[in-house]
Amino acid sequence: MKPFRYERASSLASACASAAEPDAKFIAGGTNLLDLMKLQIETPIRLVDIGPLPLAEIDERSDGGLRIGARVTNSALAADMRVRRRYPVLSQAILAGASAQLRNKATTGGNLLQRTRCPYFYDTTKPCNKRAPGSGCAALGGLNRMNAVLGVSDNCIAAHPSDMAVAMTALDARVETVAPGGATRTIPIDALYRPPGDTPNIETVLAPGELIRSVVLPPPPAGRQIYRKVRDRASYAFALVSVAAIVAHDNNRVKAARVAFGGLSYKPWRSADAEGSLSGATLARASYDAAGAAALKDAHGYGHNDFKIPLARRTLRAVMTEATGTS
Amino acid sequence: MLPFLSRLSRRRFLGTAGAVTLAAASQPAAAEAGGEPGSIHSENVALIVNGRRHNLELDPRVTLLDALREHLGLTGTKKGCDQGQCGACTVIVNGQRINSCLTLAVMHAGDEITTVEGLEGNKDLHPMQAAFVRHDGLQCGYCTPGQICSAVALLAEHKAGWPSYATADVATAPALTDAEIAERMSGNICRCSAYANIVSAIREVAEGGRT
Repeated sequence: MKPFRYERASSLASACASAAEPDAKFIAGGTNLLDLMKLQIETPIRLVDIGPLPLAEIDERSDGGLRIGARVTNSALAADMRVRRRYPVLSQAILAGASAQLRNKATTGGNLLQRTRCPYFYDTTKPCNKRAPGSGCAALGGLNRMNAVLGVSDNCIAAHPSDMAVAMTALDARVETVAPGGATRTIPIDALYRPPGDTPNIETVLAPGELIRSVVLPPPPAGRQIYRKVRDRASYAFALVSVAAIVAHDNNRVKAARVAFGGLSYKPWRSADAEGSLSGATLARASYDAAGAAALKDAHGYGHNDFKIPLARRTLRAVMTEATGTS
Repeated sequence: MLPFLSRLSRRRFLGTAGAVTLAAASQPAAAEAGGEPGSIHSENVALIVNGRRHNLELDPRVTLLDALREHLGLTGTKKGCDQGQCGACTVIVNGQRINSCLTLAVMHAGDEITTVEGLEGNKDLHPMQAAFVRHDGLQCGYCTPGQICSAVALLAEHKAGWPSYATADVATAPALTDAEIAERMSGNICRCSAYANIVSAIREVAEGGRT
């Protein structure tokens, strides 16, 4: 680990000002950042610990939604009875990720901003445009089984690893930030992440020193909420494919559906194509397969990860079947 | 800065007994923990470990794991992968289990930290330790302190009604089935694969003791 200066935040304003300095980073739970610092993939010279800031509350909103402080741990969020009753897809997604020990440290803001687990991002002996801009992408012709198939570029095919963010994307969550000058803004979660294009090292729209202070969940939409994760072992593994879905239906038809995929792209992949295909569709396997085909129509495999495309279609079918009680 | 060792640890004993390989292997960690040249500054931090307060002067890079092992001589907590994958370093901080390898000691000023050494009371094994012995919940034993700390915290989480990925309806407080125990212990790897006996040990304690 490279040397750094450690600072405890005393206020939002001072924390943002400190973190806006070159090579400075916020630290909250630290479960991803410290791992990357040990490997010298991240080499901040200043760490601003936001542990002292009062951002660990989950508050009711007057509209029936919730505001989740950035420092709320993954465990606390998944165990909150309001989340379990009103947003079960979020509890399920969080509980599908990492281990109990990690969820006790990992925070809401940190989970959103965690880095990819692409093996070449972690291997400092290999090219990686995300880690070393301009060096190339070893994953394109390499072991890319875990990599993305949608929305990425020939400069980077890294997938976003979060489960929590997939559920939040299906829930239309909004990310509230504060910038070094004190300015606040609200970013729809789907607009938080930047496509890799030719600058995969720039992953979000956040400015230097801009801090995620909270995540707002709108009131829960009607319908059955389901998170389904497909992975290489039964627990404690990243998703090959996951689906967060919220499905309202009557006896014959899907009234409304929200669908977000994990493991397929640089961000949780909300599929307007699948949702459009499902809206008003009959409760039948053919409808779910058509939605899957629509969702994956622009997908591109890179060899080892070709399987993700049919797997994503089938996972959506399974989720829709469960959500609607059809076969 | 020499690590403070409160008592003769197994590592020191083996080191002085001529285990050259082991002693050499421990050096990088000791050097990292000791504050090598180039550190920007050191930090005062008070850690409350197993009920005792310790004032330490630490390079901010020192993980909680290295602080416990190298500075306080509490070598019960093990370093396995050092990247949060194996769970050998699990300790209980303010009642919650965490990976001590993935957190900085300076981030835990004033926190109440319990290691495996702190579970025993009056020289009696903690009920979870005794259950692991009875059920043969270990082979080599390297992962065991982490397994036991994790299991003790697991029971508290379950008592608090926390769901898990194995819980069919997350809005309910689930019974602690074997599937629930296995899911909740998935952050602790046992390469000897003593899992079946670990689960039975935890179940026995959850059900109120020896069966």
